[in-house]
Order: sequence, then structure tokens, then C-alpha cells
Amino acid sequence: MKYEAVIGLEVHAQIHTRSKMFCPCPVVEDTGDLPPNTYVCPVCAGMPGTLPVINRRAIEMAIKTGLALHCEIPPVSCFARKSYFYPDLPKGYQISQYELPLCVNGYLDIETEEGTKRIRITRAHMEEDAGKLYHMGDGSSRVDLNRAGVPLLEIVSEPDMRSVAEVIAYATRLHSYLVYLGVNSGDMEKGVMRFEANVSVRPAGSDALNPRHEIKNLNSFRALARSVAYEIESQIATLEQGGVIVQQTMGWDESRGITVPQRGKEYAHDYRYFPDPDLPPLEISRAWVEELRAGLPELPDARRARFIRDYGLSAYDAGLLVAERAVADYYESTLSQLASAAEPKAVANWITGEVFRLMNENGCTITGAPPPSQLAELIDLVQDGTINLNTGKRVLEEMFTTGRSARQIVEERGLAQISDTAALERIVAQVLNGHPTEVTQYLSGKVQLFGWLMGQVMRATQGKANPQLVKELLQAQLEARRSG
Amino acid sequence: MELYSLTIHEARSLLAERKISALELTEAVLERILEVDNAIRAYLTLTPEEALEQARLADARRTQGDDAPLLGIPVAIKDVICTAGIPTTAGSRILENFIPPYDATAVAHLKAAGAIILGKTNTDEFAMGSSTENSAFFATRNPWDLERVPGGSSGGSAAAVAADECLGALGSDTGGSVRQPASFCGVVGLKPTYGRVSRYGLIAFASSLDQIGVLAKDVTDAAILLQVIAGYDPRDSTSVNLPVPDYMAALTGGLHGVTVGVPKEYFAAPEVMQPEVTAAVQAAVGVLADLGARILDISLPHTEYALPVYYLIAPAEASANLARYDGVRYGLRVERGDLIETYNATRGQGFGPEGKRRIMLGTYAWSAGYYDAYYLKAQKVRTLIRADFDAAFGQVDVIIAPTAPTTAFRIGEKVADPLQMYLSDIFTLSMNLAGICGVSIPCGFDHDGLPIGMQVLGPAFGEEQVLRVAYAYEQATEWHLRKPDDGRFRK
Ligand SMILES: [Zn+2]
Repeated sequence: MKYEAVIGLEVHAQIHTRSKMFCPCPVVEDTGDLPPNTYVCPVCAGMPGTLPVINRRAIEMAIKTGLALHCEIPPVSCFARKSYFYPDLPKGYQISQYELPLCVNGYLDIETEEGTKRIRITRAHMEEDAGKLYHMGDGSSRVDLNRAGVPLLEIVSEPDMRSVAEVIAYATRLHSYLVYLGVNSGDMEKGVMRFEANVSVRPAGSDALNPRHEIKNLNSFRALARSVAYEIESQIATLEQGGVIVQQTMGWDESRGITVPQRGKEYAHDYRYFPDPDLPPLEISRAWVEELRAGLPELPDARRARFIRDYGLSAYDAGLLVAERAVADYYESTLSQLASAAEPKAVANWITGEVFRLMNENGCTITGAPPPSQLAELIDLVQDGTINLNTGKRVLEEMFTTGRSARQIVEERGLAQISDTAALERIVAQVLNGHPTEVTQYLSGKVQLFGWLMGQVMRATQGKANPQLVKELLQAQLEARRSG
Repeated sequence: MELYSLTIHEARSLLAERKISALELTEAVLERILEVDNAIRAYLTLTPEEALEQARLADARRTQGDDAPLLGIPVAIKDVICTAGIPTTAGSRILENFIPPYDATAVAHLKAAGAIILGKTNTDEFAMGSSTENSAFFATRNPWDLERVPGGSSGGSAAAVAADECLGALGSDTGGSVRQPASFCGVVGLKPTYGRVSRYGLIAFASSLDQIGVLAKDVTDAAILLQVIAGYDPRDSTSVNLPVPDYMAALTGGLHGVTVGVPKEYFAAPEVMQPEVTAAVQAAVGVLADLGARILDISLPHTEYALPVYYLIAPAEASANLARYDGVRYGLRVERGDLIETYNATRGQGFGPEGKRRIMLGTYAWSAGYYDAYYLKAQKVRTLIRADFDAAFGQVDVIIAPTAPTTAFRIGEKVADPLQMYLSDIFTLSMNLAGICGVSIPCGFDHDGLPIGMQVLGPAFGEEQVLRVAYAYEQATEWHLRKPDDGRFRK
């Protein structure tokens, strides 16, 4: 039997406000060396008698995200208490949303091999993050509340995905949206985005919804992809062997590459949601929503369309450039700083080709690449013929490693190409005189030797010759020898 | 006249005229506490050194021309209200050693107004109770009869005011916890409208019902205290951003043009009602009529549902509010082999029987499958109770009702029967469910010489009309001037 997977995703994204969701403590990204419990106050420590106050900025960022994801924003939103005991949860309940979330009924379009596919988004709601628990070597545990109370947006999709590729396409596109919106730094290593995947399988073409496995706490795209792939395979194997899938919460064991059932009391919850009496229902006026909509930045899809239209890029190149907001910004910044008439298409090629390759080699992101002004200068040097394309690529490599500007490198290393016709004519003549056999062969019809001869000329100039000029001169002198 | 028996407004005049100093006044009250509190046991914590220091400071401030409204007035704070640097136990073992690093907003207002904090008064654990017997530490005694309870849960504050162990006090009222002890102790107890006084720093029992209130020797003092603590607080999202009126201006003494509603449901509960209470309140209505008020019989038809609704909503909210006492960050921790055992031991030893009872009731009422039947249904009935009052206040300015069905009962009498205990709040629960305001004032004594209280109730933010009627009644009667015979409890 042929099976298909049915996958829904819950994404927990930190919202990058200056202060926490319900108190004035600053939100600080966990760099790993932050002293524990340094960004904590009586409110986020759950001290007796303290009360939460909603961070309006967090609500605005959540609504903007909802609007970007084509959600409806209901006029009233409600906060609820989600009760469970755990040492990293200071109040014994998490302030979350249950009925009346901030955003409902949206979607996100993703690109698949079969074309564009729409993934429906059920809801997006706000909640506060819990703290962090550290298990010490001596068997004790320590609580760090720096993260407690940081605003989170939980974005819940419908089970509309059918493959690992679709899951990753959805997750990365959502990631890109959140970064575009300035809602999240996108820095996965700091845990600013976490996933939970609901996976079930069924006979292909069926529309049954079978019991699912919920894989909790996935912190990277890699873990997401591997765990979902594993679940799909293992569920199909179970069914084929006549086994039964029961609804279950799973954890991902990264080292063994398998999912394992989560046991223990902390997963058998009746969360007993009820409206938080400390927070009156939040009224969201239409005027406020429209104001936020008007303030939305250009989102990836729109930017991609504009790149294709205005810069004549291919859909593929435009997609590569807009996937990350910083890269798209880098591209447009480079374009704006060009002094020459280099084509936008050529600039795109520089970035998706050489710049990406060097970023990979140097293990850096676009922020580690030479700044757009310097890339523009390099492209200008190639465009105006000061250096040729190959030299340009070598110069860029050096710019990455030394941080020096293209002009500096070209001048100091004497890389400016030779465009002096008289000088080149002499070199061409020398090369032809030095290889009479090849010249004869060429003239008798072995035209492919032209490239070889050209290479000899370039080598004689240490690659600095203007290739276009060399080609012309070489052709002229060879023809001269034919008639002569 | 002894300084400790002064009202706030009397002391204020004497202080302003420099006839007494804040230090003399504070010393007098502290001495009084030493004399009587062994018998009354109103205080859980006393802060005499800090109080004397504050008194000296108040005198210095006055010399510099400061005349803050409570400058040099010694007051007591119920121990469910946080005081920076002073233990705040909520009457519970689980917070026995808890010292908050912050003041409740109401306390901060008192301090800014120059008040002197004498200490923290006894309370039923987490304000859950009607007799102060649920305090984890000891029971407080009623100054009118030491064998009887002072009421609760603000029994410590009410007894302290009645026994002249402070000039006024803060309490909290979730279902009558200011008004009922005021009634039992023969003092004035004001429960402001929900949202009128910030709840920030009030240890939560039932968040949608809790409100800080005041206990005072007379209506004028209640108005003075309310004036200081009322107002919007950005740290409490349920506090309401409305201007605070001049409550003293409401104390005119006249009742012309005032319509007083008398709800039949509050006089028709014979099985729990002490006849002397009904008679005293009816007589008080007669006094109001004589003063020029128009009396109107009204109905609050959903009154009988207040008790069951209250005992679904309050425990439900309490069970979440009390979840934070887990021994992880502060308070009692009873360390055991693993996490779950540590939780169980900490909470098992930290909470008393009433706290546990309400946590269980509440957890049950909103667990999966029961939420709609209990919690949601209770919220719907709560809306009906609120609508009863809305309709009534369309016709009348204030409503008169007994505060409690009986006068103070004996210590131990109802401990074994929680349902009987809950019944002592049947006349005060509705106002918290509706979020309206009310004051309990003395309106007579029973055959044992125990005080009887009556409530003057007003709509949300109707504190002015409530105080106006209460003040007019007080001026026309002398109940508030009677004091318990302190020969019985003075050392
Ligand atoms: Zn904080």
C-alpha cells in the first residue's frame, strides 16, 4: 500500500520586544554566558501579590505577524491561565490564550516541486515563556528565570503538509517572515524559534485523520526534518507490520536519530484553562489593526515579485535573494551604490555565486561579507574594465579574508588589466612566434586551438590582459599570417 | 481621653494644632498594644522600632510645614497585603518567613500620606475564612467577648480597631472579609468597588473578587483612608482609571432626595437569621426614613445563588493563585527525594485544612469535563446577580441589608462544619460577585451586648452616596461611640 504523511506544525517564536510580556524586565537573548536570574523582577518571579500588565508592543508585533500571515484579527482577545506544576514556571500557571486568540484563519503559501501550495494557519496566540531548568552534576536542578515572561507567539498550522520537504519549506518561509517583520532575530541557536510537529500517516488518497505523534521541543530545522522523516518511516513500518499507532507525545533523541515516547507526570496534563482574572479582555479596534497593517514592511513574496519585475531577475535568483531579509537588503544596497552601469542581473550573480560560495567557505552570514559599498566598488572595477572577471573573483576572495577594499587590493597587487593595444600586440606576436606548430595547425583548420593560444597570451600577462582585446588582436594576427 | 482611643480625624486635628506629637500618639498606641494584645491577639507582627522612627520623621515633616493627610497616624495592615521589609505571611505556614521586597500600592499610598505602620494583623490563611480561626498561627479574639471570634478574614484588623490597637487598618474583602468582621467587632468596614483600589501587592485569593478595604472607628475615618488608597494603578490592569472624588465632601449629614432600597431577600432567611439582627436593621431603616430618605422595597431575586456561585468561582481562582507556592523560589520548602514528593510535602505541610479544601474544590470545578457545568455556569449566574444590582440601582441610591445573619459566634463553634461557617457570609458575597461597593456600620447590640452591623451598599463607584448615607445614620445614632469594656482584656 502507498501511504502519505499528514503533518501540522506548531511554531513557538520569541517576540523581540524590549521588555517582557507582563513586566518591565528587559528581554535578553540567551548567549549562553548570561548570569542566571539577572533579568528578573517580582512579577516574572511570580512573587505573592504581583500582577501582570500586558506589553502593548508585543501585542502589536503579534498582530502584525498575524496580518502578514493573512489572519483575521478578532475584535476581542482573551488571556487564559494554563495550569501545571514545573519548577521553571513561577506562577504554577502560564499566561497564554485559549478561547479568543489574537489571530485566526490565516495561511502561508510555500513553493513545492508541484508549484505553490497553501498551508492554512489555524491560529496564532500569545503566551509567556517559562524559565530554564539546569540539571547539575550532583543531581540537583537549578532554575534560571531570565527567559521567564519573554513574549512568545505560538503559530499553529492545519495538518496541511504531506512531506518533510513541505514541512521545511513552511518552517523556513515562516522563519523568513518573522525576520522580515522584525518580530524575531531568526537566530535559531539562541532558541528564538522552537517547533512541535504533529505527524500521522494514512493510505495515499484517503482523507482520514489518524492518531498522531506530537514531537515536542525541536530547536532546529535539521532536528525538525530528521524527526519528521523518522516518524513517517516508522509509522508506515508499524502499520505495514499490522501494528497500531496511538496518539502520543514524543521527544527527539538527536544522538540516536529516533523519536522516543515521553512518559512521566509532566506530560499527562489537564491544563484547566480559564480566563485570567488579572487581565481584562483586550479590545482591538479596527483602526489599530489598520494602522498596523499600513506599517507592515515589504514581505518576501512581494519583494520577490518586485525583484523579478524591476531587476529582470529569474524567479529562482529572486527567491534566493529574498529568502533572507538581510541578503535582499544587501543586494539592494549594493545596487544603489554602483557607480557603473552594471546590470542588476550581474550583481545578483555575484551574490548568489561568489558571495554565497565565500560565505560558505568562511562559515559566515551576509553580515560577515564585505559591505555592499565594497562589493559595488569591485563590480564597478570589473564593469569599467580595470580588472577582468576572473581577477575580480580572486579580489573578492581576498576582500573576504583581509577586509581590504577592492581598489586597494587591485592597486597594491598591480592587478589592473592590460588594455594597452601596442603592448598586447607585442605579447601576442611573441606567443605566436613561440608556437609555430600550433599556429600552422590552427590555420589548417584546427580552430579549437584558438582557446589554447588565448590561454598562452593570458598566462604571459599573469591573467591581467583584457580578454576581449586579446581575442581581437589574436584573431587579427592569425588572419594576417594566413594571408601572409 | 486616652490618645489611643482617638479617631483619625480627631488625631489629625490635634496633630495639626501641635497639641500632640506623632511620637506621643504612636507611643500611646504601642503601649496599648502591649497592654491588650496578649488577650486579643490581633497582630501577627509588630514593628515598634520602625513605627517610632516613622513617628519622629512625621513630626519632623510637620515642623517643615508638611500636612500630608495621614501624617503621624498609626495604622495596621492585614497580613495578606505586602509590606517591604516586613514579614507578610497571609496567615499561612507556607509564607511564614516571607519578607516581600515591595510594598503593595495601597501601602505605598499610606506611607506617602505619612501614615505610620504599626504591624501586620492576623487573618484566615490566604483570607479564606470568616472567623480568623483559619490562621495558621493563632485565633484572634473579639474584644466584645474574648470567647467569640472577631469575624474574618480581616479579623485581626477589625479587632485591632475595636480594641484601640490602631487608629485604622487595611483589610481585604473577597466575600465579606472586611464588612463581616467590622460587624462582629462593632466598627466601620468599607469595601470599595472592584477596581477602585489597586490590588498590586495584595496576596491573591480570588482575583476577580478581591478588593482592599478599610476598617475604621467611624465613617469619617473610613472616608479619609479610602481617599488615600483609592485610584488607578498602572500595575493593576483591573484597576479603573476614573478620577477619585472628594469623599469628605460627601459627608453632608443630610438624606433629602436619597432613595434607600430594602431587598426582601436579605430579611427572609429565618433558619440562619438571628431575629435581633433583623430587628436592628429594620429599626435603622426607620432612622433613615426619619432623616428624610425615601424607603423602597426592592428585590434581588438571584440572592440565593450567591453562596453556591461564590464557592465555585472563588476556589477556582484560588486554586490557580495558590499554585505559585511550590517551595521553589520563596516560602516554605520541605525537601524530599524528588520533585513531586517535594511539592507534595511542601504544600501538604504549608497549607492548612481550609486552603487545601478550597484548592481541591477549585481544581475540581474547572477540570476537564466540569468546566462548562460548574465554572462557566457560575459565571453566567454571576452575570444575573450583577444584573439584579444594576436593576435595583436604577431605582434606588443605596441598598440597606444586614451585614451578617448573626452577631459574633463562639470560637470553635463552626470549625467542624465549613458549610455553617460559609453561611455567615451569605449577605456579603453578592457584592463581590457584582463588583459593587458597600460599608458595614454599627446599628445596634444583641442581648449579649454583641455589636450588630448593617450594610449600606452602592453601585460601582458609588462610594460617595454610600458614605453619605452611612455618615448621616452615624450622626443620628450613638452605636459607634460604644467601646468594649477593656477591663476584661487589659493587662
Ligand atoms: Zn520581570
